[in-house]
Amino acid sequence: MGTEAAVAVRGLKKTYGKVEAVKGVDFEVRPGEVFGFLGPNGAGKTTTISMLCTLVNPTGGSAEVAGHDVVKERDEVRRNIGLVFQDPTLDGYLSAEQNLRFHAELYGVPKGVVGDRIRQVMEMVALWDRKDAKVMTFSGGMKRRLEIARGLLHSPRVLFLDEPTVGLDPQTRSAIWGYINQLRLMEDITIFMTTHYMDEAEYCDRIAIIDHGEVVVIDSPEALKASVGKDRVQIQTPDDDEAIKALRERFGLEAAVHEGAVTFAVASGEEFVPKLFAELGMPIKSVSVSRPSLDDVFMSYTGSTIRDAEAGDGGNAWMRAMARR
Amino acid sequence: MATEAISVRVPARSAGHDLRAVKIVLHREMLRFVNDRTRMLSMLMQPVLWLFVMGTGLGSLVQGSIPGVDYRTFMYPGMISMTVIMTGMFSAGSIVWDREFGFLREMLVAPVSRGAIVVGKCLGGAIVATGQGIVILAMAGLVGVPYSPSLIVTLLAEMFLAAFTITAFGVMLAARMKNMQTFFGLMQMAIMPMMFLSGAMFPLANLPSWLHALTVVNPMTYAVDPMRQAVFSHLDVPPQVNAVLNPGVRWFDYQVPVPLELGVVAALGAVLLGIGIAEFRRAE
Repeated sequence: MGTEAAVAVRGLKKTYGKVEAVKGVDFEVRPGEVFGFLGPNGAGKTTTISMLCTLVNPTGGSAEVAGHDVVKERDEVRRNIGLVFQDPTLDGYLSAEQNLRFHAELYGVPKGVVGDRIRQVMEMVALWDRKDAKVMTFSGGMKRRLEIARGLLHSPRVLFLDEPTVGLDPQTRSAIWGYINQLRLMEDITIFMTTHYMDEAEYCDRIAIIDHGEVVVIDSPEALKASVGKDRVQIQTPDDDEAIKALRERFGLEAAVHEGAVTFAVASGEEFVPKLFAELGMPIKSVSVSRPSLDDVFMSYTGSTIRDAEAGDGGNAWMRAMARR
Repeated sequence: MATEAISVRVPARSAGHDLRAVKIVLHREMLRFVNDRTRMLSMLMQPVLWLFVMGTGLGSLVQGSIPGVDYRTFMYPGMISMTVIMTGMFSAGSIVWDREFGFLREMLVAPVSRGAIVVGKCLGGAIVATGQGIVILAMAGLVGVPYSPSLIVTLLAEMFLAAFTITAFGVMLAARMKNMQTFFGLMQMAIMPMMFLSGAMFPLANLPSWLHALTVVNPMTYAVDPMRQAVFSHLDVPPQVNAVLNPGVRWFDYQVPVPLELGVVAALGAVLLGIGIAEFRRAE
């Protein structure tokens, strides 16, 4: 143990009939890291996580979680993982504490520590004062917090969070990230999460971008952003169509109207600005240059923004400009 | 937050662990029941209506042909089984509810055997149903059945057995069901004929042969008959009336004894439980 990967996946595949949901992915998650699985809905994130959690049998390849094979040593894997699903899996008619007690018994948490451990995880998500309330009276955010507490109750080696903040208000989302960060300090745990929120992927130590059932790239958010190499430039002009045409003719840049401004990608954006003013041949009302975000990274590697990928339509000129392939 | 985390080591799977799982699943079933007073009341309404409204009405009609016995006394064991069966089925139905609301997933990803979960569920359903039956048991005096300790113990045991089997039946049905409406539809479809053909409502003596055949293959007959035999053995009934109201079950010319009837119910319960567990194993 120790240095052995928390999750090791080799050629993992899942096909449903003719649909290849996951097309042979490979990756390793290091012990103690927060690993993010980033991709649009339908990219194969949930299918992958379900295979790692022993809920779905892979069609091909293999995966080990906490050193145990997900097919051959299912119970071993289950004992060592905590799960927080996208959809709530709480019993609304039981109190918060009863829900956790149920979990403790089902997982065989030693009787002597059940009470203390329940208190500890509930205090961590700030729900201890609501322990006797029925879960059905909880808000969506409280339920999610309670599920996180429950997922941790049996001290799993790997905690799987499937879209842990989806559908929550920004305040609750940031609270949940607070717990996750605190958790890393307190417990010896690896966190594997899926998300389609770019800003949340920033919190991860490393992220894997998954699209159409394939892992496109794996690296730290910083390294990924650095790898894009282009800045995003947005300009306001009196005539956007004319500006796009001019950019193409004079600089060979593909631009498009994005967020109400003519947008394009160019290396060393700040140095490009003086040249732009000198040579565009039309007035520019304002200009902004920004460093690549994870949105740009995603676009660069997959050729579409995560929102457009979810909407199911392909790229526009701006995307093609950012895309390197 | 510098407090040391309490670290938990989840032990390897063992019989003790499975037993804890059975206990907690059962415990939850009871908590859910105790918290749901509406369900408790509604489950009692139906048998009470049958017993005191239908029973009284029909009783006045058949009074002449069964001298010395109140028709409601005849119906009483049937109504006990009806209560137990409805409650047991409802408990099993909560599996469908659990699936719809996601809680089933919490149980199915736990490192315990599917068997422990299903057994816990069936035992929980059986205990809850028996508890419900006790309320009907308490009404014995109202329909002229004596409060004899030996009768009460016998009925309790028979109720528990019937409840376990019917819950196992319900769990087997619920294993595949995706929504409550389908389950309750199916449950009505299964329960009604079983109820009518079990001797809970009318005596099984002197029936046309096609109907008699149906009552013999109906498993519920074997749950109702032992209860009726127990009740009638504590009554003072003229033999010819006893022959009409409490004929027992016959396989051709063979009078099926009560222990064998109970054996049929128990064996059926075990088989249904096995199918239920197998279905949950396969569902993964």
